[in-house]
Amino acid sequence: MPKSRHWHAQITGLARNCTNPDLVYANLPILMFPMSPMQKVTMPKRTIAAAISLLALSLGLAACGGSSSSSSKSVALVAYSTPQSAYAELIPAFNATPEGKGVKFTQSFGPSGEQSRSVANGLNANVVNFSLEPDVTKLVKAGLVPASWNQNATHGFVTNSVVVFIVRGHNPKHITSWKDLIKPGVQVVTPNPFTSGSARWNIMAAYGAQLKEGKTPAQAQEYLTQLFHHVVSQDSSARNALQTFLAGRGDVLLDYEDEAISDEQTGSPIEHVIPVNTLLIQNPIAVLSKGNTAEGQKFVNYLLSPAGQALWVKKGYRPVISGVPGASAFPTPKGLFTIDTLGGWTNVTKQFFDPETGSVAKIEQSLGVSTAK
Amino acid sequence: MGRRRLPSPRRRPTSPGGLAGRVGARSASALGRGLLGIYLSVLVVLPIAALLARSSHGGLGAFWREVTSPEAQAAIKLTLVVSAAVVAINAVTGTLIAWVLVRDEFRGKKVVNALIDLPFALPTVVAGVVLLALYGKNGPLGIDITFTRTAVAMALLFVTLPFVARSVQPVLLELDGSAEEAAASLGAGRLTVFRRIVLPALTPAIISGIALSFARALGEFGSVVLISGNLPFKTEVGSVYIFGQIQNENLPAAAAVSVALMLLALVVLAALTLLSRSRSKHVR
Amino acid sequence: MSANAAKSPVVGGGASAKVSRLGLRTVALGYLALLLLMPLAMIFYRTFEHGLEPVWKAMTEPNAVHAFWLSIELVAIAVPLNTVFGIGIALLLERGSFRGRGALGLVIDLPFAISPIVVGLALVLVYGQAGWFGDWLSEHGIDVIFSVPGMVLATAFVSLPFVARETIPVLHELGTDSEQAAATLGANAWQTFWRVTLPAIRWGVVYGVVLTTARALGEFGAVSVVSGRIEGQTQQLPLYVQDRFENFDATGAYTAAVVLALLALATLLAMNLLTRRTRSRRAV
Repeated sequence: MPKSRHWHAQITGLARNCTNPDLVYANLPILMFPMSPMQKVTMPKRTIAAAISLLALSLGLAACGGSSSSSSKSVALVAYSTPQSAYAELIPAFNATPEGKGVKFTQSFGPSGEQSRSVANGLNANVVNFSLEPDVTKLVKAGLVPASWNQNATHGFVTNSVVVFIVRGHNPKHITSWKDLIKPGVQVVTPNPFTSGSARWNIMAAYGAQLKEGKTPAQAQEYLTQLFHHVVSQDSSARNALQTFLAGRGDVLLDYEDEAISDEQTGSPIEHVIPVNTLLIQNPIAVLSKGNTAEGQKFVNYLLSPAGQALWVKKGYRPVISGVPGASAFPTPKGLFTIDTLGGWTNVTKQFFDPETGSVAKIEQSLGVSTAK
Repeated sequence: MGRRRLPSPRRRPTSPGGLAGRVGARSASALGRGLLGIYLSVLVVLPIAALLARSSHGGLGAFWREVTSPEAQAAIKLTLVVSAAVVAINAVTGTLIAWVLVRDEFRGKKVVNALIDLPFALPTVVAGVVLLALYGKNGPLGIDITFTRTAVAMALLFVTLPFVARSVQPVLLELDGSAEEAAASLGAGRLTVFRRIVLPALTPAIISGIALSFARALGEFGSVVLISGNLPFKTEVGSVYIFGQIQNENLPAAAAVSVALMLLALVVLAALTLLSRSRSKHVR
Repeated sequence: MSANAAKSPVVGGGASAKVSRLGLRTVALGYLALLLLMPLAMIFYRTFEHGLEPVWKAMTEPNAVHAFWLSIELVAIAVPLNTVFGIGIALLLERGSFRGRGALGLVIDLPFAISPIVVGLALVLVYGQAGWFGDWLSEHGIDVIFSVPGMVLATAFVSLPFVARETIPVLHELGTDSEQAAATLGANAWQTFWRVTLPAIRWGVVYGVVLTTARALGEFGAVSVVSGRIEGQTQQLPLYVQDRFENFDATGAYTAAVVLALLALATLLAMNLLTRRTRSRRAV
């Protein structure tokens, strides 16, 4: 029988048998591998061959899908999640400049610590922009970022911000200072400083503010303990904490000014208060030593240029250079301090955030012991 | 041509020899097993082995220390207790839902049947956001159970909804009703018929569904992390604790606690499997 | 010839039967309404809150479209693999006899017992740059981690157990009578499987495939670690949902979630069409 007629006969036969599922199943292999009835005995081998080729094909397909292009004019940007919408404007603006013409970008955004770890584990990157310095230091230790990365005019930072209080619209509980956070009945929301590296800005801002008010380190630690008594939610990330707050939880959310501005721009019923004493948030940026260093450096230079910084300002970030239009809109807190005045991240991480011996870890544990059911 | 004997809802496999050993298919079966072995090794065995290796880096002492730290213990305990409660609820409601979907007829049944899988297909972050919106202070229900253990349970109930139902449904569909009819004609009440004929037949499937639910509940992160508040010692579940340890570069601790949870889950799953096997071997 | 009549739903019966049937139905549907329908309604409401146009715009974003096709690709690879191997595992466990059956059972339960975050970690430990196979893979220019193959591994890993776990109770319930009868009538192993076993376990396979697909579609945690989250390259739909959520793009996030839900529904529909819903069973 000619093959086409054989095929046709089988399909018609199949259609007639369609009401009986068992016959459908019996005929399915025949449909897949048209052959004469005599050859049915060899079906198993054919099926195996088909299975193997399916497996190989699928793995091959998968491998195909994962090619990473590394042309000479492409930059792989790996950053923390917050500036994603800022880069949506910065990258096209860079492409419009002569240095940036024709440069292709791949972008990856995620939690700062996780992104840093991914790069250390081999994620392709030319430029990294993280939330806090230790995430870059990790890459220096891994040999991916040159040790001289922060020896420039801005000490390696690309944007600044400050720790602020996010409160409900019209600030019904009149929260304006760190003292207000530990008033009776006030509920505080903050991301967990152990699951969100960025949350450490909040805690150090609270601690540093106490020192600024003239307290001793011991009293400042005591304040932190009291603060944690008022914390009703420790979300795993700043964004989650904001979601929690918007869902009605807590009276005040500790957050960063740029996030507060972003959210206010979307129309959420919140406002933010800048306490008099607060911490300057400094976000680092670095070019990796391997790969496209030239293009990467050009991009970073643009981000640090007046034009780039003006775009950052538009998005709610404080500039790191002076003379940027729009920068004056950011009020300067009188009691602004930096992490360096508190000893720098290396010391702070060990003293406060070591999971076993850190003072904040101890506070969390003591809370559990005293308030556990 | 009739059946050789009266059908019974529970059947023991009469031949331990097995289908795979039949003449003519030996080479195919060996190749199949080989492929299976490679697939499972590449996919499961090697990564688990690497995890075990990492968790035992500092020796058994370090492993024990990580697992028994106060916060880890609290997280593990909370996870186990809430998961067990959720699974118990699922065993009942899942069977009920499967029963109603298979044995009952009503308008919209197909729609309901289709919707059951959705909690599973939705990314957990969506589940978390929605549950937060529903059961939070600003929610339409006017209740606020967020940041409590109840909230953790609600999130877990949502994401483990399909398991028991979907495990029981195929068995219920294949179930031969003649034994039930026979019992009914002999005067047994509906509850008795269910208890003594249907339920034993469904038990392996229910247990299978419980196993799936339990394992999922143990490891669930995305939907719980948003609604629970993650307060250490109060509403922090095991997966959030592990997440925290990873963020703190404390890989051995993360690996240790996840291995501990994994072992606990395996113990429970093995117990459930044994239970299922023994119940199905039980002679009426 | 076939035990058709015995498997039809036990509808009808006296007044008390009707009352209990209605009661069961009410409880089941009430539970589903509370736990399932409300969150789903909330999701649909949030998606279409601002009208159809923002939804359309969200769906046609290049990154969204790429995420959609990447999700499809991952499912198209992981689900068939897990289905074939899942049935193989179920057959081995229920019909085979070999040492190490217990171990095999444990291995298929493992993916379940591990928190998704740790899954990614384990895969990186084996296939990452500093992992066991890291050097070998980079020597041969194969990208696994932070590339699509790694995402396939993660997706297949977390969706491994379903077909096996769904099919095992049905196989168990089935017994070997029909298969043995077919063998005595001269059918070889493969014919027995295609014509006797597979049709009988089809509901287990169907629901197993539905669950596998749902899990593969909705998986976030495990895939996020191994994907590198590269926009337009290694973001499947759940990662894309998270991405939109982080950027305060609620409509984009919910739209992608709705797409996922529709994909899960489509799977169930497809499986239903593929398996004719007759209740006939081949008599021997």
